[in-house]
Amino acid sequence: MISKTQLKTILNRQKWNDRIFRVVAAIGVLIALITLGALLIDALIDGVPRLGWKFLTSFPSRKPAEAGIFSALVGSVYLIILTALIGVPIGVGAAIYLEEYTNQSSRISRIIEVNVANLAGVPSIIYGLLGLGLFVRAMGLDRSLLAGALTLALLVLPIIIISAREAIRSVPSTIREAAYALGASRWQTISDHVLPMAFPGILTGVILAVSRAIGETAPLITIGALTYIAFLPTDVGDPFTALPIQIFNWVSRPQKGFHINAAAGIVVLLAVTLLLNALAIFLRNRYQKQYS
Amino acid sequence: MKVAQVDKVNSILNVQNVNAWYGTTQALKDISFDIERYKVTALIGPSGCGKSTLIRCFNRMNDFFPTFKLSGQILLEGEDLYSPAIDPVEVRLRLGMVFQKQNPFPKSIYDNVAYGPKISGVRNRLELDTIVEESLRKAALWDEVKDKLKDNAYALSGGQQQRLCIARTLAIDPEVLLLDEPCSALDPIATGKIEELILGLKDNYTVLIVTHNMQQAARVSDFTALLYLGELIEFGVTEKIFTKPEDSRTEAYITGKFG
Repeated sequence: MISKTQLKTILNRQKWNDRIFRVVAAIGVLIALITLGALLIDALIDGVPRLGWKFLTSFPSRKPAEAGIFSALVGSVYLIILTALIGVPIGVGAAIYLEEYTNQSSRISRIIEVNVANLAGVPSIIYGLLGLGLFVRAMGLDRSLLAGALTLALLVLPIIIISAREAIRSVPSTIREAAYALGASRWQTISDHVLPMAFPGILTGVILAVSRAIGETAPLITIGALTYIAFLPTDVGDPFTALPIQIFNWVSRPQKGFHINAAAGIVVLLAVTLLLNALAIFLRNRYQKQYS
Repeated sequence: MKVAQVDKVNSILNVQNVNAWYGTTQALKDISFDIERYKVTALIGPSGCGKSTLIRCFNRMNDFFPTFKLSGQILLEGEDLYSPAIDPVEVRLRLGMVFQKQNPFPKSIYDNVAYGPKISGVRNRLELDTIVEESLRKAALWDEVKDKLKDNAYALSGGQQQRLCIARTLAIDPEVLLLDEPCSALDPIATGKIEELILGLKDNYTVLIVTHNMQQAARVSDFTALLYLGELIEFGVTEKIFTKPEDSRTEAYITGKFG
């Protein structure tokens, strides 16, 4: 039996533990926010004065004041569209197969699940090396837009598969039963009911994947994306550059002018990422409304 | 096991020595009885007795459990529903099912009812309109929804949703209706409407209903089967089961001594 005074000291200690933990957690949040804020403000202060229509529509140049981000911006947009076009169908297809066609409790299914999760954690430079060996060299795609998109598609595939599986799994089984009981085949059940209901969730995964892909630098450098591109790619086989590559290139130059360009480039990259996310969220909300 | 014989000429479904397993657990043990055409047959019994498993055997809904196994025969008009030559989709079109929890699709009322006919190949708009109206009328829902067919089915009340699910099933024109505890999630008024509906449907359909509610079985069914621990304890005319049960366990169950 604990005496009243003992109980009081225990409760008092717990109260203090509670307070300490709250402060530690708050410090964690603050550090994250301050770092992010400092980065943003630093980039904005340096970059915003440099931003302008001319910066957005000029090709790179040896003179910092004349250099622009046009080819990198267009290259990034092409790259992302192509990556999504390759990655989303494969990723969603894999998720459908794993969720709807395989026996969930089987050993192979579990092994695949664990390994897909592991793939999501593989450093991006490894994907770059794979892309270099497979797409650039073995398949002879050279340093093309297609090789870059294929590499990034591989990189984001695990993210798409995991989130699409989650979304498909959240569709109630009663809906599947209803469709089957009306004589629907497996594919009709999936395409008429499961996929439309899982769509908002799948889109969330695609948002995450695209946001990751647009900022990736290492795999593109590894496959040898060029940094000085004074034309726009007109074909998936053309060489290309992308925003992170251009930024990386400018940052590594000694002249101060290029550093300012890099800051402006970062602002553009952030803006493009936010824009894409906003678009995807808008689409997702529209669908969610339709299905609730 | 006391199994009354249904007149073979009038029977539509014959269950013969059916055993069913989920993995190594046996859910149904040597079940045999016949179901009469244009009658309502109730399956009753305590939770876990296998009545839902049994009703799902009729339209092969258990096929989706990878470890499910069945032995014995279920004959519809003399045709084995588990013969390798038969397509499970065809089975599900001939025996329509309504589930425990109302499960309309997140689509319009019209699209819910039209879905079955559409995937079975009905493309003509006028024909679909007719099927939708007829099915909703048979499910006693037409007057309540005729002005809002384009509204989302989720906007309906629980009882209306369940009648919509019945209409959706009627739209594929099945021979047999399988109702798996259709009123378990509904209030007494909605339940009353569904029971009334079931009584009206037996002019054109053979109905099988799983129910937890013994009064419901007594009110709507012509025949009753009592299952207990996967076995068919007693089967016969409902009135007789409820007034003069032959098995002592049946008497104990219907008087509320267990279950």
